[in-house]
Amino acid sequence: MKRIYALEAWCVGCKRCEVACKTFHSRSKDAVTAFLHEQPTPRARVRVEGDLMLSAAVNCRHCDEPKCVEGCISGAMRKDPVTGVVTCDQSKCVGCRTCMSMCPYGCVSVQDAGGRLAAFKCDLCGDGAGTAGEPSCVAACPNRALIYVESEGCEDGR
Amino acid sequence: MLDYLLPRYKVLRDADLCIRCGVCERSCSNEVHRVDEELGRVRADHRRCVNCQRCVAMCPTGALAITNWPQVGNGSSNWTLENLQDIAKQSQTGGVLLASMGNPRPYPIYWDKLLLNASQVTNPSIDPLREPMETRVFLGSRPESLKVNERDHRMVANIPPQLKLDVPLMFSAMSFGSISLSAQTALAMAAKELGTFFNTGEGGFHRSLREYGDHAIVQVASGRFGVDPDYLAAGAAIEIKIGQGAKPGIGGHLPGEKIDAEVSRTRMIPQGTDAISPAPHHDIYSIEDLRQLIFSLKEATRYEKPVAVKIAAVHNVAAIASGVARAGADIIVVDGFRGGTGAAPKRTRDCVGIPIELALAAVDARLREESLRSTVSLVVGGSIRNSADIVRAVALGADAVYIASAALIALGCHQCQDCSSGKCNWGIATQRADLVKRLNPEIAAERVVNLVRAWNHEIQELMGGMGINAIESLRGNRLMLRSIGLTDRELSILGVKHAGE
Repeated sequence: MKRIYALEAWCVGCKRCEVACKTFHSRSKDAVTAFLHEQPTPRARVRVEGDLMLSAAVNCRHCDEPKCVEGCISGAMRKDPVTGVVTCDQSKCVGCRTCMSMCPYGCVSVQDAGGRLAAFKCDLCGDGAGTAGEPSCVAACPNRALIYVESEGCEDGR
Repeated sequence: MLDYLLPRYKVLRDADLCIRCGVCERSCSNEVHRVDEELGRVRADHRRCVNCQRCVAMCPTGALAITNWPQVGNGSSNWTLENLQDIAKQSQTGGVLLASMGNPRPYPIYWDKLLLNASQVTNPSIDPLREPMETRVFLGSRPESLKVNERDHRMVANIPPQLKLDVPLMFSAMSFGSISLSAQTALAMAAKELGTFFNTGEGGFHRSLREYGDHAIVQVASGRFGVDPDYLAAGAAIEIKIGQGAKPGIGGHLPGEKIDAEVSRTRMIPQGTDAISPAPHHDIYSIEDLRQLIFSLKEATRYEKPVAVKIAAVHNVAAIASGVARAGADIIVVDGFRGGTGAAPKRTRDCVGIPIELALAAVDARLREESLRSTVSLVVGGSIRNSADIVRAVALGADAVYIASAALIALGCHQCQDCSSGKCNWGIATQRADLVKRLNPEIAAERVVNLVRAWNHEIQELMGGMGINAIESLRGNRLMLRSIGLTDRELSILGVKHAGE
């Protein structure tokens, strides 16, 4: 499957990917509304770690054998058998943080999702969440520090 | 005393669009923007803004624009706000005013006064999409006559070394040090892809770029930085830089802060020391001295590489170019006063030199009068802005042109004229690692290649319209030009007729 990879050599730490992700995962799909008005506050699924000197966007690897799915106690985390995309069904999520603690990449966060806690993670948004297309973070990157390429598997998560 | 130093620009932030994401803050090396969490808004220190427009391009919601500082002058065309500000700066510092990029003054741009011809009825135009259209150019010295052994179908005359350009332009000299390695790498990659040449400038030839040697022109300038036999052998041609259009008559100065480990190694000078290129070459005080250097370099490279000599367009440029041709140069490069630079004294940049259009016409005419034109190639630079400028330059007598500012603009440069600060937000004119990595050479090279391909298509279209199918047939073909609104004197220097004639 195609996966998102971060190239730290070209990441400039601008965090445009975070803005694009938060915007895409809002109801309005509009940055101004998403950031200033929408409730519950939309959350970005990608996070830039580091400083301006050395940084990289932390993205879900959509592992072949995802630890987050393995550890999920409520059946919210699911890997699509066809597309391979790992997503979280927030209506089932109980916010126990098991996925967060098991993810070897630190790609799952548990945050407030309108009065209750739920796991947020990359859904490889393309033309629509969980479908093929160019993810919004990749499209927003000004320096090709995020690439969306075919890959055979994910090393640690297999 | 309170300084009367005004900010140059004002950051306009649309409060309705700003989402306080902080992208502008993280994008600005001049530290203009600051997200103030306490106030819940983003503030700007207008004084620091240089109008590089990085934040404008990066803002995810398009909330930013830069405008001039609103302070008006007193209405005088003489004591303008700029003149007042220059005096304020100098009375504060006692220093020479420093500037960057090309001459911004409103001198006449002769390119814009020259109109191109097209064929109608008597001489059919050519459709470049259907018929071959040659834009290939060879640069180098030509023998006085061509001797061919007709029986063997073989050339008898010895043809001096030539540079083959698939497009009639090259990238002019910009050293590693004045620009980042990312920027030079992008130009090297683009030159290879396009079948043309980039120029190392006087900054040595970085080892990571040696693989692009077949597409490199190595420069020998007054500081001789980075020059050794390997360096001379590494490029496809050698260029002796006598002068530069942006700052004729003066040398260069790359401050020690920009001489990091890589620049130091490439220039072969100690880290942290100022790299000072003297105003003259201290071994060249005459045409005869220049001839010695040209032939020393030819000897050193076994007469296998053409040697170019670059001079700035100054008052006596035609006579100087004639001397350069007689000194044995294979290629003469003339750089006009609008050519860019990483740093130059403001008065030199703004007041010294002459327009490249007039210099080119004068040099070409002089070389033809003296029967030297066919023995030497002529390349011009100094603000070639588009493909039509190239067509006009070739019609005025150039073999090819050098572009640099246009290539940098393709890399993201917004001509803010703040190169000398070393804080280029686009990763071009800087050595700061966090800024250099903003320029991904892969993307940058693609953009330059796109630009040049687009220009080449346009050149083919324009030539086709004139009924010319090879750029060689356009060279010096001044009948393809007509001027609009020039004086008789200007027309006679340009060797061009007025529109309607």
